[in-house]
Amino acid sequence: MIERANLEVFAETLLELAKKDKNIIVVTSDSRGSGKLTRFGMELPQQIIEVGIAEQNLVGICAGLSAVGKKVFGVSPSSFLTARSLEQIKNDIAYSDHPVTLVGISAGVSYGQLGSTHHSIHDIAVLRAINNIDIVVPADNYETKEVIKSAVNYQRPLFIRFGKKPMMKLHDGNHNFKIGNGIKIKNGNDLVIVSTGETVQRAFKACELLEKINISCSLISMHTIKPFDENILLNSISKVKGIITIEEHSVSGGLGEKCASILSQKNINLPFKILGFPDEYMMNGSQKDVLDYYNMSDEKIAKIAQNMIK
Amino acid sequence: MNTKDLELKSIDYRKTILEIIFNGGAGHTAGSLSCIDILNVLYNNILDINPRNFNNYDRNHFIQSKGHSVEALYTVLCDLGFFSKDDLSTLNKFDSHFIGHPTKKIPGIEHNTGALGHGLSVAVGMAIGFKLDKQNHKVYTLLGDGELSEGSIWEALLSANKYSLDNLVVIIDRNQLQITGKTEDVNPIEPLKEKFNAFNLSTKEVDGNSVKELNNILANTPFEKNKVNLIIANTTKGKGISFMENEVMWHHKVPSNEQFILAKKELEELKMNIEND
Repeated sequence: MIERANLEVFAETLLELAKKDKNIIVVTSDSRGSGKLTRFGMELPQQIIEVGIAEQNLVGICAGLSAVGKKVFGVSPSSFLTARSLEQIKNDIAYSDHPVTLVGISAGVSYGQLGSTHHSIHDIAVLRAINNIDIVVPADNYETKEVIKSAVNYQRPLFIRFGKKPMMKLHDGNHNFKIGNGIKIKNGNDLVIVSTGETVQRAFKACELLEKINISCSLISMHTIKPFDENILLNSISKVKGIITIEEHSVSGGLGEKCASILSQKNINLPFKILGFPDEYMMNGSQKDVLDYYNMSDEKIAKIAQNMIK
Repeated sequence: MNTKDLELKSIDYRKTILEIIFNGGAGHTAGSLSCIDILNVLYNNILDINPRNFNNYDRNHFIQSKGHSVEALYTVLCDLGFFSKDDLSTLNKFDSHFIGHPTKKIPGIEHNTGALGHGLSVAVGMAIGFKLDKQNHKVYTLLGDGELSEGSIWEALLSANKYSLDNLVVIIDRNQLQITGKTEDVNPIEPLKEKFNAFNLSTKEVDGNSVKELNNILANTPFEKNKVNLIIANTTKGKGISFMENEVMWHHKVPSNEQFILAKKELEELKMNIEND
């Protein structure tokens, strides 16, 4: 079932929470429209700070507001937020230990044809290398709503990223969402697929294709990249013949390399494939077309899985 | 504290700065000496920040954006009782929290700085927070003049003006020098006052090594209602030690034993002159 864009769920959840807590402050960089926060701005004008197109300043101001007791959400396109303002994230949020939530909107290749200036396929890698900031990439509306609820009183610096396309429902709602704990969406014996964010639904559909030819996969939504849930990965691989990771991110420094690092240091040697964007001048197109091109269509994922266990 | 007491404090502080840099084997000597009078007046007469109230939000705040002059900040915080002189003597030793830039690991320090151009945005965020809460507390921040080349400073000033932050006091340590040479040779920032005024800030100039002038100006903020307070504090880099004043090489040079003895002698003479005044 197709639900709404995670972006909309984020904005709606934040507005509901902020109506009950005037200490929740949103900071935007001419990004309230793209962040679906126009209604927030109209209903709670005292709780939104607009800095204009100045992402470095946005992050610094977030740190300052947090330092005087505010619960701060800095919202800006992930590409600018995590590249232009990286030093502010590193020093003013992470190193200075301000429990700000930074929300990278339109992450991955959500901006489609707008091209590489707007794509954010580096954000997980760069923030993984920075001490004292956690990273969450919700897959669907449920995970988005839960992570925003958790973020309000989270006591650590936090980065959340998502895109803007409607997402399918992946959870039955009986899961107990917790930052740091991956969620097993499917149980299977042949393969494990680990994915994060908007590619989880593609992995889900690939699993359904594979089920039709009697290949059963475990599917993990690894919504939290840092701190990483090693246990859910290690507990899922005892019987399987291979592991595939899928992410809307560069293959360098993302989910796949994190999994590879864990497995190799545990001396686990299984067929292993990382799906993501290679180190090359990127193809342009819609999010769908770009993901499809780089082997992340439902069919291509299923094919790669099939070949892996031959 | 009266002017004479502040002047005597400044001399003691200069002595401590040189001592900890000499013993620690590294430090930003000349920039610490240029801004110490500003920190002296702020912490002893203006800020009312002390070890008892530091852990509350509910007080004035100070961010030293020119983090490299941390020896000046350590010296004043030590004098206010945030930590002991023994603690401070660990400066630059392995595993000491007393490193070459401010961190919140040190009691009395609000924010980790070091990379330039960061402190002002953070101070703006604090000042906006106080305005939202209708609190009267003020936020003070000290910037270097070389630091003004960072674009983020100008982003922050735009926001400070937008939110009419008359509870924000921005002080520029205008010592005219940076690591490569004169600011006006490296990347000219003048006319500075005109630039700040064009940003709609309320700008005043002061002799930044005169505790009397500093005290007068800092005790009278806001200068104008709804306007950011911007103080260009004209200082001398290396102030107080004849052979360090206005000499680029003292940016982060450590005095030799002979230079250290000579510098202390100069400070002793200065102290006697003030005491006999």
